[in-house]
Amino acid sequence: MSEHILLPEGSIEKQTTTLNLGPTHPATHGVFQNVLELDGERILKSTSTIGYIHRAFEKIAERRPLYQITPLTDRLNYCSSPINNMGWHITCEKLLGLQIPKRVDYLRVIIMELSRISDHLICNSIVGVDSGAYTGFLYVMQYRELIYEIYEEICGSRLTTTIGRIGGFERNFTPAAFQNLAKFLKEYPGVLKEFENLFTRNRIFMDRTIGCGPIAADRALNYGFTGPNLRAAGVDYDVRIHTPYSSYEDFDFTIPVGTTGDCYDRFLVRNEEMWQSLSIIQQAYQKVQEFKGADAEVFHADAPAYYLPAKKDVYTKMEALIYHFKIVMGETEMPAGEVYSSIEAANGELGFYLVSDGGRTPYRLHFRRPCFIYYQAFEELVKGGMLSDAIITMSSLNLIAGEMDA
Amino acid sequence: MLNNEIIKQKLTEKFPDQLTDWCEPYGMLTFTAPAPLNLKVLQFLYDDAELRFQFLTDLQAVHYPDSKGAELAVVYHLHNLVDNVRIRFKVFVDIEKPDVYSATALYRSANHMERETFDFYGVNFVGHPNLIRILNVEEMDYFPMRKQYPVEDQSRIDKDDEMFGRG
Repeated sequence: MSEHILLPEGSIEKQTTTLNLGPTHPATHGVFQNVLELDGERILKSTSTIGYIHRAFEKIAERRPLYQITPLTDRLNYCSSPINNMGWHITCEKLLGLQIPKRVDYLRVIIMELSRISDHLICNSIVGVDSGAYTGFLYVMQYRELIYEIYEEICGSRLTTTIGRIGGFERNFTPAAFQNLAKFLKEYPGVLKEFENLFTRNRIFMDRTIGCGPIAADRALNYGFTGPNLRAAGVDYDVRIHTPYSSYEDFDFTIPVGTTGDCYDRFLVRNEEMWQSLSIIQQAYQKVQEFKGADAEVFHADAPAYYLPAKKDVYTKMEALIYHFKIVMGETEMPAGEVYSSIEAANGELGFYLVSDGGRTPYRLHFRRPCFIYYQAFEELVKGGMLSDAIITMSSLNLIAGEMDA
Repeated sequence: MLNNEIIKQKLTEKFPDQLTDWCEPYGMLTFTAPAPLNLKVLQFLYDDAELRFQFLTDLQAVHYPDSKGAELAVVYHLHNLVDNVRIRFKVFVDIEKPDVYSATALYRSANHMERETFDFYGVNFVGHPNLIRILNVEEMDYFPMRKQYPVEDQSRIDKDDEMFGRG
């Protein structure tokens, strides 16, 4: 113990304590270590260590055909894996030059906004947990469950979804999926309103979060912040607006911004984004229902070389069998080139830099993980603050270990 | 309105004959700069009143083992958030002496990205305040993303993959 306590010459008040917050501390919500240098309860210095769940996705991806990389992207930000899946599909489609039907775009928007809601819901309710309000967390969990049921209806899995394929979805949304969606759209606004009432004007919550872990806009930009954390600092950068993908230009929504970039602003921005996402889902649902006849059955692009054919066709049609074999064995060559494509994930700009040399697997694939980049500001954010503020700051940044370590 | 033509023209005026390999894959202006000039180019892109590339989106390396003397490419993705234009530029370095100036003084966000690039490719970012491994263990003595290391771990003997064609 004695080697951890620095004893500068002079009085006993100068003693500082070294505290290991993590790697597996329950309040860190993931495997990160922060070595804190404390003066009483005040943080003098913090040193972050990450990499505990590094899984070498970029290296693995160099030996996998495109469709096998989708499950890897699930495990980046596992609170909103569908967004990562869609980002990856969109990157591949950009490289391959595929035209995606409008209906697929709208279905994707529904899925992406649902996962944005589920991600923000977790983050905001966890901020509540860390400031002593457990009720909200337990209450909203059952509505995340509704979202997961929709995923399950579409792709069969709940957390690591691998939802969709290059070119569209593996199957059309079932009537049950739409029923679940309608149920969610009906029930969720009331719940979100209640959740909001618990927190936004709650004196204790406001006292705990206002002025806690603030960052100015210029610092945030310099630190590479994106997503809700950057918008809470007052910069209205959103990939959905700046570089629309998946037909986001067809939707009417606003980008909420904060002013001070503290925990309270981050909470409010995420909260408002959930309302905006709800409105986007409603618009998309409306648009999807407007498709009639054969158009209403479209759920993937016509890209036989990359889109896995239906099993029924594989057993009965020669061409489908050949494509099935080639895709499954990873024998489809992709065009040479380099592409950077990014989407607005729940935490910010999730970018994919894909270099292809014309082979069957990427020559190089890099994930721009928003968490990994903005986490470096943590040391500056918590410096001079209290230990309990560091905990709240960490949860309100929405740090996801999977995304950080890749 | 800022577009690729103007950017290219401004850069060639400032760095005549030094920037090469201009291309626009999928609409993103891409060029190559000599490695010792990387900071000068970044600084110019950052400071120029019209260019304003003040957001470092991404930084990573690519290993090309066949191009002797220029095996490692360090790739910068920059974003002008005001005009919403992105560019990409690369510097190539010799794998025997992979020295590249660090961009940390210009962008705080480069800190983790450069550490990651060092960790996986061994690019030595000169001037980086804390260039140590970030995702791998500190005891590791090689740079795992280089192409000479295959994905399957050759040092493991506890796995019998013969039946799966990996021998």
